[in-house]
Amino acid sequence: MTAIVIGDETARRLWRRGRGSQKRWTTVTVLVAALVAVPVLGVVALALGPSAEIWRHLATTVLPTYALNTLWLMLGVGIGTFVIGVGTAWLVTACAFPGRAIFAWALMVPLAMPAYVIAYVYTDLLDYAGPVQMLLREAVGWRLAGEYWFPEVRSLGGAIVLMSLVLYPYVYLLARAAFHEQSVCVLEVSRTLGCGAWRSFAKVALPLARPAIAAGIALVLLETLNDFGTVDYFAVNTFTRGIFNVWFGMNSVAGAAQIAVALLVVVLVVLALERAARRKRRYHHTSGRQRPLARYELRGARAGLAFAACLAPISLGFLLPGVILAGHAVENYRAALGEAFVTLAANSLFLSAGAAAIAVGLSLVLAYGARLDGRPAVRVAVRVASLGYAVPGAVLAVGVLSPFGWLDNAVDGWMRANLGVSTGLLLSGTVAAILFGYTVRFLAISFGTIEAGLAKIRPSMDDAARSLGLTPAQTLWRVHVPLMRGSALAAAILVFVDAMKELPMTLVLRPFNVQTLATHVYQYAGDEQLERSALAALAIVAVGLLPVIILSGAISPARRDRADRA
Amino acid sequence: MTQVGLRMEGVCHAYGRHPVVADLSLEVGAGEIVCLLGPSGCGKSTVLRIAAGIEPLQQGRVIIGDRVVADERTAISPEGRRAGLVFQDYALFPHLSVLDNVVFGIRAPSPEERYAIARGALGQVGLAAQAQAYPHTLSGGEQQRVALARALAPRPDVMLLDEPFASLDGRLRDLVRDDTLAVLRAAGTPTVLVTHDPDEAMLLADRIAVMCAGRLIQVGTPSVIYHQPATSFVASLLSEINGLQGVIKNGHVNTELGRLATGDGLAEGRVVEVLIRPVAIRLEAPGQGGIEARVRESRMIGPHSRIELEVANLAVPLIARAAPAATPPSGAVVAIALDPHQVFIFANDGLD
Repeated sequence: MTAIVIGDETARRLWRRGRGSQKRWTTVTVLVAALVAVPVLGVVALALGPSAEIWRHLATTVLPTYALNTLWLMLGVGIGTFVIGVGTAWLVTACAFPGRAIFAWALMVPLAMPAYVIAYVYTDLLDYAGPVQMLLREAVGWRLAGEYWFPEVRSLGGAIVLMSLVLYPYVYLLARAAFHEQSVCVLEVSRTLGCGAWRSFAKVALPLARPAIAAGIALVLLETLNDFGTVDYFAVNTFTRGIFNVWFGMNSVAGAAQIAVALLVVVLVVLALERAARRKRRYHHTSGRQRPLARYELRGARAGLAFAACLAPISLGFLLPGVILAGHAVENYRAALGEAFVTLAANSLFLSAGAAAIAVGLSLVLAYGARLDGRPAVRVAVRVASLGYAVPGAVLAVGVLSPFGWLDNAVDGWMRANLGVSTGLLLSGTVAAILFGYTVRFLAISFGTIEAGLAKIRPSMDDAARSLGLTPAQTLWRVHVPLMRGSALAAAILVFVDAMKELPMTLVLRPFNVQTLATHVYQYAGDEQLERSALAALAIVAVGLLPVIILSGAISPARRDRADRA
Repeated sequence: MTQVGLRMEGVCHAYGRHPVVADLSLEVGAGEIVCLLGPSGCGKSTVLRIAAGIEPLQQGRVIIGDRVVADERTAISPEGRRAGLVFQDYALFPHLSVLDNVVFGIRAPSPEERYAIARGALGQVGLAAQAQAYPHTLSGGEQQRVALARALAPRPDVMLLDEPFASLDGRLRDLVRDDTLAVLRAAGTPTVLVTHDPDEAMLLADRIAVMCAGRLIQVGTPSVIYHQPATSFVASLLSEINGLQGVIKNGHVNTELGRLATGDGLAEGRVVEVLIRPVAIRLEAPGQGGIEARVRESRMIGPHSRIELEVANLAVPLIARAAPAATPPSGAVVAIALDPHQVFIFANDGLD
C-alpha cells in the first residue's frame, strides 16, 4: 500500500476538513417544507379572518351553485374516464386485434392535450358559427338556430365530455399497469376454471385492479378540480371559477379564500376516498414472472368494434383537435409568428425551466434530507411539502399572492418608517411569485420521481461514501446525483410540461404584461380567435407529448437501472 | 503513533426502547485483527456502525487512533473518522470505474498522486488489470477485493469489515479470505471484522470477541476461546457440542458418562451443565472399561465423520467426530473415553 505515501498529517488534515453536519440538512429540509406550506396556510388564515358576513352572503347565494356544479362535473368526468380508461386498458391487455400494439401507447397521447385547448377547438368546431353546424344547415336547409336542436358544447355536459377525453389516460395508465401485473398470476387460472373473457374481467381483473383504478380516478378528479380554463370558457360555475368570480368580480380576497377552503375540503374528501379504496390493497402477486398473457383473438366484427373503441378516444381527444389546430396554425403562421410568438415561447420556456430546476433541486434536498434523518417529524415535513399537487392552482394563487402582498407591505412600511424610502411591491407580480407558485404546486411530481430514484440506491452507498471522507452534500453530488440522473431528468420534464400548461396561477401571478403560451391561448381563444392562438396551443401540445414518452417507458417491464446491476 | 487502533468504552445502544448493545468495551491494538463473532441479531453490526459513525453514539466513548471520535461531547461524522469500511454487499459505486472507485476516498494534493495511490492499492489486491472495468462486470470475489482496496487506499486508522465474505460461497470464499488476510496483514491496519461464522473468526483473528444479545461475553485468542470458553454459549458457538446435566458431589460431577473432575469451586449439590466437544469423545475397543456405546449412524462431513452414539440412560444420542479411517460401522459397540480438556462444566444458569 505504499506506492506513494503522502504525509500522515497532510492526509489527516485533508480528511478532517470535511466534517459535515446532518443537522444542517434536517434544518433545511424542515424549512423548505414550511415554506411550501405557506400558501395553503395563508388561504386558511385569510378565510378564517374577520369576514363572517361575506361567508354568510356567499353561503346563501353562489356557494350552493358552485358546489353542485363541481360535484356534477366530478361525477361525470369520474364516470367518463372510468369507462374509457378501464375499457381500453382491458382491451389492449386481454385481447388481440389489429393495431393493438400501437393503441397500447397511443391511448396515452391525449394526456398531452390541455382541457382548455380542446375546449376551444371543439367550440370552434361545433358552435353555431362552426363548420359542422354550417354544413348541416346547408345540407338540410335550416337557417336559424331555433329550427333544429344541436347539443350545446359550452355547457356542463360539454365540459364533462371534453375533460373525460383528455383525462382518461390517467385511469388507462394505472389500470393497464394493474392488469398487466395480474396477467400471469390469476387471469389464466380464472380461465382454466371456466370463466370467459367478460366474467374474468368482472370477477377477477376488475376487483384486483380496484386500488390502481381508484388512484387513477383520484388523479382525474384532482385535475378536474384544478381546471379553470374549460369551466371559465364554458361559464360553468364551479369552485375554481367561483374563486375568480368573487376575487375579481366582487373584489373580495377573503371571499375567494373562503371558496378556496371549500374547494380544499372537496380535495381532502377525494384524497380520503382514494385512501379508503386503497386500504385493503394486497399486492401479493404469487408469481413475479412477466410472461405476456395469451390474449383473446378477436375476429371480424368484434375486432372492428375493439379497434373503433380504441381509436375513438385517441381521435376525439388528440388527432382531430390536433389536426384542426395544425390547420389553423399553417393558415395563420405569418400572423401567429408576428404575434411575438418567440417572446411568448421564451417566456414559457424560461418560467417552466426555472420551475423545473427549482422543483428538482428542492426535491433532492427534501428526499435526501429524509434519507439522512428518518425521524417522524422530518417525514411529516416532507409529506406536507408534497401535498401541493392536490391543491388546485386557483387556491394556490390566492395563497401565494396574499402572503407576498403582506410581506411587500410590511417591508415597504418598515422602510418608509425607518429610512423614508418606499420600496413598493418587491415580490408580488414578479417572476419570484410565479416560480414560487409553480414550485409549490408541482414539487410533489418531481419529489415522487426523485424519491423513487433515491430509494433504489442502497444505503450502504451512502455509508461507503461517508466513510471515505465525503460530507453529506458531497455524497449527494458525487454518488446519488450521477446514479439517478435519469430520474432527475424525468422529474424535470414532468414539472416543465405541467408548468407550461398551467393556467389559473399563471394568469394571476404572472408579472404585469408578461404573457406565456398558456395565457396567450386563454386570451385569444377565449375571445373566439382560435386561429390566432393555434400555434401557441400547438406548441403546448407538442411539449406535452414529452411526458407521454417518459410514461410509456416507465410501464414497460424491461427497464432496469444501473444501480440494480452492480 | 499510538498503540491503539480502536477503543470502545462502555458503549450502550438502543433502537427505540429495544436495547441492542449493552455496556460494550473493546480494544483493538495496532496491527491487530479482531473478529466480532456472534449469531445474527446480536448487535455486532451495530457496534461496527457505531465505530464508523454511521450510527450515532448514544452512550460511551469511541477512540480511533489517538483521538476521541465520539463521546458525550464529541461526535465526529463518518467522513472525519479515518475508518475504512467494507460492506457485505461491497457498495461499489456503479457509475464509476474500478479505478475511480478506489480514487474516490483518497485525499492527496494532485490527481497524479491520487491515481498513483489508487493504482498501487489495486496492484496490492491483484486487480491492476481491471482498473478501467466497471464494477458490475467483475465477479463477486473481484468486487470484494475492489471494496477492500477502496477502503484501504486512504490509509485509514482502522478497518471495519461487516461480513465481508458472506456474499461469496464455497471455495471462492476460502480463496478471497486468504487473500484478504494477506492484504490486511501487509497493510498493518488495525481491523475489526464482523462475522457469524466461527471458522472464519478462528482463521482470521488475532483475538475473537464473542457477542451475545448485545453483550461481549468473552474476548481472547482463538485458542483461548476454543479451549477455555467462558460460558456454555461460547463453547457451543464454536462447534457442535454435546450437552449433559450433572450434579456436583465431592468436587466431581456425576453424569451418565461417569464422574468428571471439576476445576473450580462449584457448590456441593449444584446442578451443572456439562458440554463435551465431539472431538473430545475417543472411541476405543470395548471391554477395557469406560462407557459402552452403540454406533447408530455415521456420516461423512467434509474431511471428518460425524458419528451418532447411543448410550444407555441417555435420551439423545452423543455426537462424536473421527477420521473416516477410524470410523466404526453402524451397529458396532464401542467404548468411549473423554478428553478432559474439551469437556466444559458450567453452573446451570437456569437454576441460579
